[in-house]
Amino acid sequence: MNPQALMDGLITGSMIGLGAVGVTLTYSILRFANFAHGELIAWGAYFALAVAGVLGAVSGGFLAPIGPFSFGWALPIGLLAAVALTGGLALVVDALLFGRLRSQRSTVIIMVMASFGAALTLRSLLEFIFTSKPAYYTQALQIALPLGGGIRATPDQLLSLAVAAVLVVAIHLLLTRTAIGRSMRAVSENPALAGVVGIEVRKVVRVVWLLGAGLAAVAGISAGLLVQVRPQMGLDLLLPLFAAAILGGIGSVPGAMLAGLIVGLSEAFAVQLIGAEWRAAIAFVILVLVLLIRPQGIFGRPE
Amino acid sequence: MSVELVAYAAFFLTMALTYAIMCLGLNVQWGQTGLFNVGVAGFVAIGAYVSALLTTPDTPERFGGFGMPIAVGWLGAALAAGLVSFLIGALTIRLRADYLAIATFGVAVAVQLVALNLEPVTGGPFGIGFIPRPFADLAGNPLAFSLANLALLAAVVVALYLALERLVRSPWGRVLRAIREDEAAARALGKNATKFRLQAFAIGGGIMGLAGAAQAHFIGFIAPDNYVPMLTFQVWAMLIVGGSGNNRGAILGAVLVWGIWAGSAGAFAALFPPGEQARAAALQIVMIGVALCAILLLRPRGILGEERVVSRHLGRLSQLRRAGPQPTDKETSRAGNP
Repeated sequence: MNPQALMDGLITGSMIGLGAVGVTLTYSILRFANFAHGELIAWGAYFALAVAGVLGAVSGGFLAPIGPFSFGWALPIGLLAAVALTGGLALVVDALLFGRLRSQRSTVIIMVMASFGAALTLRSLLEFIFTSKPAYYTQALQIALPLGGGIRATPDQLLSLAVAAVLVVAIHLLLTRTAIGRSMRAVSENPALAGVVGIEVRKVVRVVWLLGAGLAAVAGISAGLLVQVRPQMGLDLLLPLFAAAILGGIGSVPGAMLAGLIVGLSEAFAVQLIGAEWRAAIAFVILVLVLLIRPQGIFGRPE
Repeated sequence: MSVELVAYAAFFLTMALTYAIMCLGLNVQWGQTGLFNVGVAGFVAIGAYVSALLTTPDTPERFGGFGMPIAVGWLGAALAAGLVSFLIGALTIRLRADYLAIATFGVAVAVQLVALNLEPVTGGPFGIGFIPRPFADLAGNPLAFSLANLALLAAVVVALYLALERLVRSPWGRVLRAIREDEAAARALGKNATKFRLQAFAIGGGIMGLAGAAQAHFIGFIAPDNYVPMLTFQVWAMLIVGGSGNNRGAILGAVLVWGIWAGSAGAFAALFPPGEQARAAALQIVMIGVALCAILLLRPRGILGEERVVSRHLGRLSQLRRAGPQPTDKETSRAGNP
């Protein structure tokens, strides 16, 4: 087996993990499977593309590569803007759609269906604005550095792994060590009771959307930097995201990240063993296995 | 009226009726039972491919082509799609409600992948052609051919409609509603909720498979591109617009939404220059998506809505009450808006 699969798997896995953390948070706190989460990933990537493009047009200096990386300052600035814009988009969708459905006391399944409709709308909107032609943040080519053991990685890949690791630790600390984190866990346990003890449920909902969308934007930008930016990129990641969120145990942030890595590694090894065309089926196989063997996931509690 | 216009109208209606069959299947799963299927396209594709394999003539470069009669193909399609639905249902129905949604989404992705990659069986990206069409010997006369196909599809839809209406009003259908409305109460009455849900899910999936087969034989050609998530979305829009829980609504919604879809495709295409047609198609999807969300928000019951009372006995009771002396406005408005 080619040891490079390990590196490829870790990189894909870290992106899946970041997305899955968002899915698991919205799932456990807002209590529905959000089919539009993949679109937040794609929108994040396109927001960064647009902002970085504008910055590059304003001044070519923003495009000069930073150190060993393939991109200039336009992309990190674009990332910050994209995190904010994607968070704003999530809040707008919530205000227009999910929030209203919540206040109508719609059932879970109506919310899921609305998210399905929102997903198609958002994706087609991207296709309308940017067309379905793939786009790239940078045209620069990077040489992969040997890391020993027959594994190679480009500086960009190592950076996105590091960013993912830092973000997951940060989210975990936020949930376990801060007041808003405790509020979020309380709402996830029992929203009515959390409201009774004075937790502002609306604020928690806003924070959940901002966190989920922000992580999605970062995942989208990593995917865009390492592969390409396409309107379909979120749809392609959706099944791996759900597989990882369920495998990790709904509500568990470390679980989602770990499961994301597992899904990513399985995909990479499957590509080596049975061929790249079956890659997308791996998440489905994992999903079926989890539901058969341990439906509550690795860190989940049985219902 | 010219012959072409009648032939086109018949073609349009026949297509709409194939969607109506999908809608009826989805209505069994969602409308009657409250099971959310995000993989409609996958189940339709299973039906289409199974029927195509069974009925096409033997082809050397691909598995099968068994040259069986069309009716066998349709039956096989319904059974295969029903079986896959049963397996997926058995896996997920006892778990959280939205795990079923996620698993059906997975089915659609997996089926799409198999259709694309398992070239020796499915023909890969080029799909399967030369699927025998019903009334092929009439093909020389386009009008007779399209009218015969329309009549066949209409007969299938009417038969399905009558069967499903019977099923809804049967004790079985009433148990399904009871489970959907109040599972604890239904279980307390000794009804095995999982078993009933699973049956409904398998029946609905089988009907979708039948729809896929009917459509494949009507068009005569299938390819993986026909079974993208867009199809799932269209069928959902049809059911929601027509009124979920109502079989007539399912059929009405299919004809209506397909009409809007086909009509607006022309309008959007005319708005954009030839180089931008992909954009026009994307914008069309955006509009339909917004419309679906708006209906979910503003009129979740659709045009026809669900019949509140399906039992013959209760129906008589409510008629008596309506004929009674004091049906106040308050009562009727409450009945319409629970």
